[in-house]
Amino acid sequence: MRLEPRATPSKVMMFASPLIALAITVALGTLLFVALGKDPLRGLSVFFYEPVKSVYALTELGVKATPLILIALGLAVCFRANVWNIGAEGQLLLGAIAGGGMALLAGPQTGKWILVAVLIAGVLGGMAWASLTALMRDRFHANEILVSLMLVYVAEMLLAYLVYGPWRDPKGFNFPQTQMFVPGTQVPILVPGSRLHIGFLLALVAVAAVWAYMFRTLGGFRILVGGLAPRAASYAGFSERRALWTALLLSGGMAGLAGALEAAGPLGQLTPYVSPGYGFTAIIVAFVGRLHPVGVLFGGLLLSMFVIGGELSQSRLGLPKSLTAVFQGLLLFTLLACDTFIRYRLVFARQRAWTA
Amino acid sequence: MADTKERTPQSPAPDPAAREHARLAMRGIRKVYPSVVANDGVDLTVMPGELHAVLGENGAGKSTLMKIIYGAVRPDAGTMHWNGEPVQLRSPNDARALGIAMVYQHFSLFESLTVAQNIALGLDRSLSLANITARVVTKAKEYGLDLEPERPVHTLSVGERQRVEVMRALLTEPRLLILDEPTSVLTPQAIEKLFETLRQLAHGGCSVLYISHKLDEIRALCERCTVLRAGRVTGVVDPRQQSTAGLSRLMIGAEPPRIERPRSDRGVVAVRVSGLTLPKQDEFGVDLDRVNLEVRRGEIVGIAGVSGNGQAELLDALAGEDRRAPSDAIALFGESVGTLGANARRERGLHFVPEERLGRGAVPSLSLADNILLTRRASGIVRRLGWIDTQRTQTMAAGIIERFNVKAGGSGAAARSLSGGNLQKFIVGREIDATPKALIVAQPTWGVDVGAAAQIHTALLALRASGCAVLVVSEDLEELFTLTDRLYVIAAGRLSPSVETAGATAERIGEWMSGLWQSSAEASSNAA
Repeated sequence: MRLEPRATPSKVMMFASPLIALAITVALGTLLFVALGKDPLRGLSVFFYEPVKSVYALTELGVKATPLILIALGLAVCFRANVWNIGAEGQLLLGAIAGGGMALLAGPQTGKWILVAVLIAGVLGGMAWASLTALMRDRFHANEILVSLMLVYVAEMLLAYLVYGPWRDPKGFNFPQTQMFVPGTQVPILVPGSRLHIGFLLALVAVAAVWAYMFRTLGGFRILVGGLAPRAASYAGFSERRALWTALLLSGGMAGLAGALEAAGPLGQLTPYVSPGYGFTAIIVAFVGRLHPVGVLFGGLLLSMFVIGGELSQSRLGLPKSLTAVFQGLLLFTLLACDTFIRYRLVFARQRAWTA
Repeated sequence: MADTKERTPQSPAPDPAAREHARLAMRGIRKVYPSVVANDGVDLTVMPGELHAVLGENGAGKSTLMKIIYGAVRPDAGTMHWNGEPVQLRSPNDARALGIAMVYQHFSLFESLTVAQNIALGLDRSLSLANITARVVTKAKEYGLDLEPERPVHTLSVGERQRVEVMRALLTEPRLLILDEPTSVLTPQAIEKLFETLRQLAHGGCSVLYISHKLDEIRALCERCTVLRAGRVTGVVDPRQQSTAGLSRLMIGAEPPRIERPRSDRGVVAVRVSGLTLPKQDEFGVDLDRVNLEVRRGEIVGIAGVSGNGQAELLDALAGEDRRAPSDAIALFGESVGTLGANARRERGLHFVPEERLGRGAVPSLSLADNILLTRRASGIVRRLGWIDTQRTQTMAAGIIERFNVKAGGSGAAARSLSGGNLQKFIVGREIDATPKALIVAQPTWGVDVGAAAQIHTALLALRASGCAVLVVSEDLEELFTLTDRLYVIAAGRLSPSVETAGATAERIGEWMSGLWQSSAEASSNAA
């Protein structure tokens, strides 16, 4: 048994790989539940049935999927450009800080326009944070993986400083949190009685927009070529620096938008726990979605199930919340393993050489 | 050459029963790759002390056969006999144990280590460096190879580097030495030197397998030749008794195509480089030193030289990918363009076909239609807001496929699905289709089959006749002599004066390739 390169990458495996990876993850998850002494069927239903069993559950799925899809769309562009931004979590936090800061400026009399200002501030905040990474890479050839990752921790510190310090709600019993934002800054709700907000619609629009950008415009083509064949990009006269900045600003802006939507949407205030790691989970979403906008949409919904399943397993099964991370890790791990078979195939043939 | 004539010519095809006497006998070798049958029932017999050529075009299966002999690839079927004994090789180690050595086309040397250290890396670890140095000196004397063991490899010329590879092989006392396209990077003089070594080696009883597609070299060196075409043996002949046309028929199944050379008049200077000096950008690059170059409309100018002498650097500066040149060092139709980018120069009519087809001239995984976008954005395929007119890119790609006779699965076919020759036809076609005023082509037919090469040459000559200025950078002297009107030679980042091709000889160009043009510079500048 050995691996043999395929003549051309397999289209079938390209699409089948995430499904196989999901199946393996489910199988391993079942074993995990058994090992933990829990009923595996109940465990699986928490992850795969509870999140879709009712209209309310579905709206919650959409709430969590919104930031994942938005961030992963930006990351898909970034990764295709061969720019490894893994600090979307930090860019999201800066988006939340900038958007939240804008929301705190609003008073009871402020008009509805403030929401637009909040979202724009979020986008700019995320872009600014990503531009630090771009600047370091551009000017000093610093590795963007390290820089963007390290900046996540700086962003966490910055957020903590603000909510423990200058922005802390004076009437908040010393809890590390800001005042609740005034109602005018609230992101409009889509389904009455739920938390699903228009951010989900924005995410759907973004799927179409990023698709068009990637595959129908020269700007997207520049980025694709830069990632696929840097020498060809240079031959064509596409600037590598421009691609770097475009990719990072785009993904930073998307992450910032997601952060502002979180702050002005479901949260309504800033706390140190703005994000349960959406920025990192979105990396998995981008890869499960094959770095394709439509794939990202499905990947975002799937990983949103994992996030909800992890939270539910805490309350229903008494399992630690880190189970979510375990499932996400399993999925990414098996996905990367399955991706091997896009370019290779298994051959079971006996060694026939030298027999004639 | 005198040496070979003293030998008695052997019968072209020995009796297959001669297997017992043969150093190496391969029978019925078959190797199938996922998309191609690389070897299909190949027989090959090499006698002791024989200089045996394996001739074939790119993709004929030569490399696969050599890898099988060297144990790097296992065949799907077939037998191998070594000195009459059946053998099965599991790895190159098995091959080396038998006394088979190989010199690859691409060197595997560490630049920062010395000659002796590099050789030590490929040999038995029990030998001390001093011991190896002593053996290198002895062998070098024995074969008249000029090689200093203490020198770091990065100070060596390409010819010297190859000598290190050959020396590494010689120290294993081989009984069969395989050389894969060894002359593609050598000057004519260095080639002759290599041939002397190989003849001496064969005289001492070592068999030599010489893989090449260059007919004149094979005729000069070898006494027997196995010709491969599309994975099958099409003949075993004595190359010295064959005409070029005869060998070519065996190799490609047809006479070499004739190329018409239409009349053309020289016009104004299209590309002028004056005193271009550029320090290298990476450690293993070459500094360009006061390069002067002129290409007029209606002529094809060639730059000869062994690769790695500044061609890549000069081409980057000409095409605008390296924009460090002073503005007035490079002029296009009198306009200073030294600091303009690739696209701005393209808009001024200067097009460029790079040497690397996959990954530079074309993006491997993208379709031919998408690859149009790399260089043809000026032709109205990009609309407002950067929106791409995909209909139009497809029509353009289809038009190029049709006009230049490219064998491809339509405009949607991925660039990497094309053969080397067809992809090159597409890329050259894409640039010609833009009706350039000046065209720079690097290695136009490198690794391209003979038919496609003839088509590309014809297209370039037609372009010249239409008044375009064409600059061809090539390592292939034969190509330069058939194609160009005027020749420059590049060596160590310096460009020679130009000579009219009609008045140049291979010997003189070969001399210049070593950088020795000062002595004859006056004579040539009169001619130019």
